[in-house]
Amino acid sequence: MRRLLRSDHASGWLFVAPATILLVVFGLVPIGWSALLSFQHNDLLSAPHWVGTANYRALRHDPVFRKSIHNTIEYTLLFVPISIGLALAVAMALNARIRFISIYRTAVFIPVAVSTVATAIVFNWVFDPTYGIANWLLNEIGISSQGFFHNPDQALYGIVAMTVWGWIGFDVIIYLAALQGIPGELLEAAAIDGASRWSTFRSVVLPLLGPATLFLVVWSTINALQLFDEIYNTTRGGPLESTTVVVYYLWEQAFQYFEAGYAAAIAYVLFLAILVVTVIQLVVSRRAVHYTS
Amino acid sequence: MTLRRISPRHLFLAPVALIMASPLIWMAITSIEKPNEARRFPPVLIPAGIHWQNYRNAVESAPFGAWYLNSVIVCAVVVVSNVALCALAAYAFARIRFAGSNVLFVVLLATLMVPFQVILIPTFLIVRHLGLIDNIGALIAPNLVNAFGIFMLRQFFRTLPIELEEAARIDGCNRLSVLTKIVLPLSAPALSTLALITLLWTWNDFLWPLVAINTESHMTLQVGLSTFQGAHQTQWTILMAGNMLALAPMVAAFLLTQRSFVRSIAASGLKG
Repeated sequence: MRRLLRSDHASGWLFVAPATILLVVFGLVPIGWSALLSFQHNDLLSAPHWVGTANYRALRHDPVFRKSIHNTIEYTLLFVPISIGLALAVAMALNARIRFISIYRTAVFIPVAVSTVATAIVFNWVFDPTYGIANWLLNEIGISSQGFFHNPDQALYGIVAMTVWGWIGFDVIIYLAALQGIPGELLEAAAIDGASRWSTFRSVVLPLLGPATLFLVVWSTINALQLFDEIYNTTRGGPLESTTVVVYYLWEQAFQYFEAGYAAAIAYVLFLAILVVTVIQLVVSRRAVHYTS
Repeated sequence: MTLRRISPRHLFLAPVALIMASPLIWMAITSIEKPNEARRFPPVLIPAGIHWQNYRNAVESAPFGAWYLNSVIVCAVVVVSNVALCALAAYAFARIRFAGSNVLFVVLLATLMVPFQVILIPTFLIVRHLGLIDNIGALIAPNLVNAFGIFMLRQFFRTLPIELEEAARIDGCNRLSVLTKIVLPLSAPALSTLALITLLWTWNDFLWPLVAINTESHMTLQVGLSTFQGAHQTQWTILMAGNMLALAPMVAAFLLTQRSFVRSIAASGLKG
């Protein structure tokens, strides 16, 4: 017995046992159970019953679900390039030893320490149609007051602006770390060869930032497709379902209308979508991103 | 005194910094204004005096103390347990050859690919079955370990020189004391990164605590703050005071430890 305990097999399994048990109970079992749920009618209270593919078929004809997919895609297509593009520009500018640099950096990084709920509450006030500073700034430059979160044509753009504010600090941190990893000799060599600043950026810096960009694109897309906290604490999917995103709709179905089976089907569609998008991004990037060792 | 050429970067960075800071600055200003000052347009940017009453009203109208305590307890238990359990498992995956280790590692890692929404409803049912709904345990049990931590620490442990560990084994150390006496002391940067990331995730977590907790006094700070907003719809001065109270500790911690904070986030991002 003692010898068995001292063997690598026993000690290995002993070491991984606590983590494994927890990840099975709160990870693997729920993944399988969720798949079962999506073929059931389940109101979280009475006994569930089997409905075959009815949930998935109903999804295809659910106009709100379609709207939520549309909103989620539009949000993701705006949020990912805007946040990463801006972050790259800010990181390039911040990568220098100039005056006030630590003030600039702190201002850009601070939202990373602000929770999504707190961000939402601040932006409800910033975008308040009657008293908010956003409208004050617009009036100062000659643009009339806007409805922002209260206008179905603008609410989603307001959400994009708010979440870019909240996320950009994280992206800048990643880009700055990557920029500082670029050896100075490479940039000097480009300068000696007479390369302009722009062509140095395009041909030397940008390719070397490839792995960081890939990470940010994949990570931001996954998070954008799962947007929830900021919607729940600002627009609640409104006005007129203009900001109903997939996860908000899922939560509503499961915990407001107690349609847990239907919500599980939504979750699996989302899972599949995220998987497909991530795989496509990784495959496309194989050609574009080069790793240096 | 000579006039130095001012970097053109300022032309870009100064407005960016102002835009980034202004929502928070305006929140701070509003939190000390009188309610009628916050109801003017154009907005009052310099209030006549400091109206601390907003903070008193916020604290008296909602159990901020209980929310803090709940969040701190959940974060403390979850961070300690993640570091301990992930280190144990990661060490085994990095250094011990045991039957099934490769398959198990891949299976555990697969849980990372599944978005939380997929397991939300079954997790709710499991936790309810355990009798933990509306209990702080509901926020702790499902988060005691995360495959991300196992993966991150395993990658780090593999970069450590194995000779030290082998020497200790020859001297008769068992696996557990090799881990605690040799590997962990060398792993402070990775362990603190994992601790910080876990802390940020847990502190900011919203969807799961929203679903798992109903009673106001059992809520975490984030869910409490959300209900606080619901109860004070357009009372902006009280709302901003409450929001200040809620975000102050994390922002203060960030300002005090900015360098290591930023380094940890960069490390988790590039390796994760």
